[in-house]
Amino acid sequence: MNHMPILSLTLFIPVIGAIIIMALPKDQEKAIKYISALSTFISLALSLLVFITYDRSTGGMQFIESIPWIKDLGVSYALGVDGISMPLLLLTNLIGFSAVYASWNIRERVKEFFTLLLILITGVMGTFVATDLFIFFMFYEVVVIPIYLLVIMWGSTKRVTKEYAGMKLTIYLLIGSAFLLVGLIALFVTAQGMLGYPTMDITKLAGVDFPVGFQIFVYALMAFGFGTLLSMFPFHAWSPDGYAGAPTAVSMIHAGVLKKIGGYGLIRIGLFILPAGAKFIAPIIAVLAIGNVVYAAFICLSQKDLKYIVGYSSVSHMGYVLIGIAALNVISINGAVMMMFAHGVMAALFFSMIGNLYEKSHTRNVNDFGGLAHQMPRLAVGFMLAGLASLGLPGTVNFIGEFTIFVGAFSVFKVVAIIAITGIILTAVYILRTMADLLYGPRKEQWDHLQDLKGPEMIPLIVLGTAILVGGIFPSLVMDPISSGVSGLLAQIGTIQMGGIF
Amino acid sequence: MIGLAHYLIFASLLFGIGMFGVLSKRNAIAVLMSVELMLNAVNINFVAIEKFVTPGTGLGHTIALFVIVVAAAEVAVGLALIISIYRHKKSVNLNDFNLLKW
Amino acid sequence: MILQNILQNAWLIPFLPFLTFALIGLFMHRWPKLSAALSIAMIAVSFVLSVMVALVVFGNAEGVVYETATRWLSMPGLRVDMGLLIDPLTAVMLLVVTLVALLVQIYSLGYMHGDPGLASYYAYQSIFAGSMLGLVVANNFGQIFVFWELVGLCSYLLIGFWFGRNSAKEAAKKAFITNRVGDFGFLLGILFLQVIFGTLNFSELAAAIPAYANSGILIGISILLFFGPVGKSAQFPLHVWLPDAMEGPTPVSALIHAATMVAAGVYLIARAMFIFNTSAPTMTLIATIGGFTALFAASIALVQNDIKRILAYSTLSQLGYMVMAMGIGAMTAGMFHLMTHAFFKSLLFLGAGSVIHALHDEQDIWKMGNLSKKMPVTTWTFVIGALALSGIPPLSGFWSKDEILLGAFAGGHIGLYILGTLVAFMTAFYMFRLIFVAFFGKNTAGEHAHESPAVMTVPLIILAVISVLAGFVGSPLMNNAFAHYVTFAGAVHHEANLTVMAVSAVIALAGIYLAYLVYQKQVIDHAALKIRFRGLYNLLYHKYYIDECYAWLIKHFIDGSAKILEWFDLYVINGAVNAIAAVTGRSGYALRYTENGQVQSYALYMFAGIVVLLVSALCAVFSALA
Repeated sequence: MNHMPILSLTLFIPVIGAIIIMALPKDQEKAIKYISALSTFISLALSLLVFITYDRSTGGMQFIESIPWIKDLGVSYALGVDGISMPLLLLTNLIGFSAVYASWNIRERVKEFFTLLLILITGVMGTFVATDLFIFFMFYEVVVIPIYLLVIMWGSTKRVTKEYAGMKLTIYLLIGSAFLLVGLIALFVTAQGMLGYPTMDITKLAGVDFPVGFQIFVYALMAFGFGTLLSMFPFHAWSPDGYAGAPTAVSMIHAGVLKKIGGYGLIRIGLFILPAGAKFIAPIIAVLAIGNVVYAAFICLSQKDLKYIVGYSSVSHMGYVLIGIAALNVISINGAVMMMFAHGVMAALFFSMIGNLYEKSHTRNVNDFGGLAHQMPRLAVGFMLAGLASLGLPGTVNFIGEFTIFVGAFSVFKVVAIIAITGIILTAVYILRTMADLLYGPRKEQWDHLQDLKGPEMIPLIVLGTAILVGGIFPSLVMDPISSGVSGLLAQIGTIQMGGIF
Repeated sequence: MIGLAHYLIFASLLFGIGMFGVLSKRNAIAVLMSVELMLNAVNINFVAIEKFVTPGTGLGHTIALFVIVVAAAEVAVGLALIISIYRHKKSVNLNDFNLLKW
Repeated sequence: MILQNILQNAWLIPFLPFLTFALIGLFMHRWPKLSAALSIAMIAVSFVLSVMVALVVFGNAEGVVYETATRWLSMPGLRVDMGLLIDPLTAVMLLVVTLVALLVQIYSLGYMHGDPGLASYYAYQSIFAGSMLGLVVANNFGQIFVFWELVGLCSYLLIGFWFGRNSAKEAAKKAFITNRVGDFGFLLGILFLQVIFGTLNFSELAAAIPAYANSGILIGISILLFFGPVGKSAQFPLHVWLPDAMEGPTPVSALIHAATMVAAGVYLIARAMFIFNTSAPTMTLIATIGGFTALFAASIALVQNDIKRILAYSTLSQLGYMVMAMGIGAMTAGMFHLMTHAFFKSLLFLGAGSVIHALHDEQDIWKMGNLSKKMPVTTWTFVIGALALSGIPPLSGFWSKDEILLGAFAGGHIGLYILGTLVAFMTAFYMFRLIFVAFFGKNTAGEHAHESPAVMTVPLIILAVISVLAGFVGSPLMNNAFAHYVTFAGAVHHEANLTVMAVSAVIALAGIYLAYLVYQKQVIDHAALKIRFRGLYNLLYHKYYIDECYAWLIKHFIDGSAKILEWFDLYVINGAVNAIAAVTGRSGYALRYTENGQVQSYALYMFAGIVVLLVSALCAVFSALA
């Protein structure tokens, strides 16, 4: 029906942009920025087109492309989106586009910065649209290198140096991917033994009836690998330091979407291929998730650096996602996917506002500020919007995610859910404290010179703010595809695998 | 009657002497000579095994000849290296050559 | 006929204020006058629609029930609708909310005149009214929770409206967080309902609950649900935010205290009465907390000096009354009091606002005095409000308070009846202490005051008239018309009891007379009393030190654990991570000494390795042979 390889186009237009940028002379900064903006905008438009034209009545994988690549390994270049990956693809592009504008005021090594940024965006997108395990893993590795370079070159040094932050981020990512690789190879080899032919196709692998002990072993590896990426307690240490050290755009992309690869992988690969393993490990994940929600929220209370606050808060919010994944029912997993989307836009908005403020004031310490709403009303709106979304206020898309997760998780883990729900109080406390100290109170003369958001700086606020509100007011727009995707996934598990574990 | 075992023991002794020389001598020339000893021990093994185990195939002789050729080439290259190092360092003592150190 | 179509279009009532908010926020914030006009016009339309809805609902002898819903969020096993449930309870609330909101918005034209944030003020006012109306028309718990939280947000925005003041910033934060604590329980209750019954719709739940056997769970659920009203309607122990909420502009206080925010909690109890009613322990708990709050807040109000603070504690106390009424099953009386209270309390707050406005932000009643000469309209409307609040017949407060006391008396809750009567006495006393000191006192500080403009006094007059008349709809004189419609599970009505009426009227008059003696005639020296009962006075004046306790708890427990956990994260978890890195680094550092650059040592390692391999291969061969 659709002959245009729309997913490949979405995926590779930023790469084309990056190639053009590489060919440009160094001092053409304006042109470089316009090309970045244009290529991310085309990707955004294409992913919106995918989102709109996706046939909701049939559901399932759509926009499928498949080209055999390595026959002996059963690898093919296979792309496709379903209800789960589509919102995340859209999210990536929303944030990618905003991230270009959030980096509009970059002055040094502009060419290299935007090249790396565009490659990073492609890498993240690739993981969400790949339906082949090998391709998934390949894109995942593509992400690591630009992240490292971006952090150590354009990062900022506060409590920890940017080199330390970059190293920490990269090594954590690589440790996660090492565990993943072991699991992946184990899966491949075992599946080849059972099927008689090699395949890396996720759906085909999901059809294999792996022995339960093996499933538990591999899922444990994946829970560790993906869990690290999702900053699961106690493997979260990279997250606050990493975000604090990273430049704005990287914080946005990392907190916004890269982290979500962990949750996406747990659902798409872990749960789909290894349901029995998922069932066995789920209680452990649920307990660790409490650690995320409550522990990280408490730490937020004592943080003063804005980026650390958002960093720890994202650890805290990922706890909700983990609980949703651990509860293993349609509602909770719907909620988890929704929460990933919601947290993505919220965190990206937060980081872009912080980045903007830091760029102008050269400090991120909450105590240095106060009454900023006097001088920077638009920035205050951005902060408030992100803050209110963060504390899960109805009308923002985050509420939908949290509420759904709570409903789904509550039917499975009562105690865990109740403890996790205390998180909504703690979140309100730290977010409102931060907002009050930052934006409200008497006017401080020393910040009178700060300019409010204007021109390109408004783009992240408009794009991400719209996403937050539209998703919150019309949740069905996002939730319906997610729900169809998750139901489809769980239904396939139900029929192919041991019937009735869900 | 001298049998295979005698040849093998002799070759092992020669190899051991050569190995000792390689590991203990400090003079690069001496090390090179010790290496030659080890190669010759191997050659003896080849020829002896040809004679006692697979007589008439010529395989051992062929390989032994190969080894001699390679050894000659090796000595040529090795001496050239030593000379060039000597020009550089005014020494052929291996203790002075720790350029690969950490 | 247009009146019949009105029910289908009643969704406009909450929608219009939301639309106003969006329009002002997106396009019109540059034109404050226009924003104000739009906001007032829209709420006026909502009011007219509410009146029409009320006409339809009360036009029918049995009262109309109309329900419709549209899908908002759904998936297999969970469905949250945006619905419209119109019944007499809703109709009353719609009327009260839109009327008070309309008058407050008109009044604000005068009060907020010239404020630089006027456009956002009206935007917030609109969304506040819209959220409350959305809550009122909700037909399921999901929707109620959504708007419940939005109401909380709006109160946060409006209390913190003058965000340049530190006190406003703190008060707004406190209001939101305190409400969140209540919402936590409320949310848990909702989750239990969803998980057990698989629906959040009121009528479906009402049908399912009687069949549910496990009463222990029901008690748990209802107590959890009650958390919500405790937070929203500022019941003890989550009452601390309401008195501080007066940091917002005074018309906002009027709105919060009368129609929108605090009414939500009481309304929720009434709406969810079908759950509470199944659990006797919960009802007892509700009645006890309500009664306690009524007494507790009234005692604090006796000694406060800030005019808005006195009114704030009086609101707490009256809310306690309403909650108590709910708890003893007198839902009708509670709602009746909610309605009358909305009118006279908004009147009182707007009157206080008029005074504060005239005196340039002076709020201490001892720095006022003799205002009756300069501000006759404000004074006399305020007195009417105070009389209504004190329960002097035939003003509205008398009838509704009497219904509650009658409910307690006839229902056999004698303890609560006595408590209620005592609170009525205290109420009359502190209200007239305020009036005698501020409006009739001999202090001349009010000399330079002048009457407020008509845009402020006209709403006062309208509210005063309503405060006088509103009580009759529920009075025995009109056959308890109110009770006929707004009921739960068949009218539980007690015959009018003249003794109860007489007692409450006399006790209120006694309170007024005592205040007259102390503060007007000064027969009793209040300063001496203050010194005589110093301990008690300080305890009351400092609100039983509850805020201080909370502050201490938060500082030491919450922030303390935050510090401890931060330390843990920095030094234990990060420490472990860095330790692993350090061990890796150190071992590499140590092992590099094996790389000494000597070719011969490398050769030695090589030979040693070969020997090891050979030996192990030989061992393997021999063991295989053997």
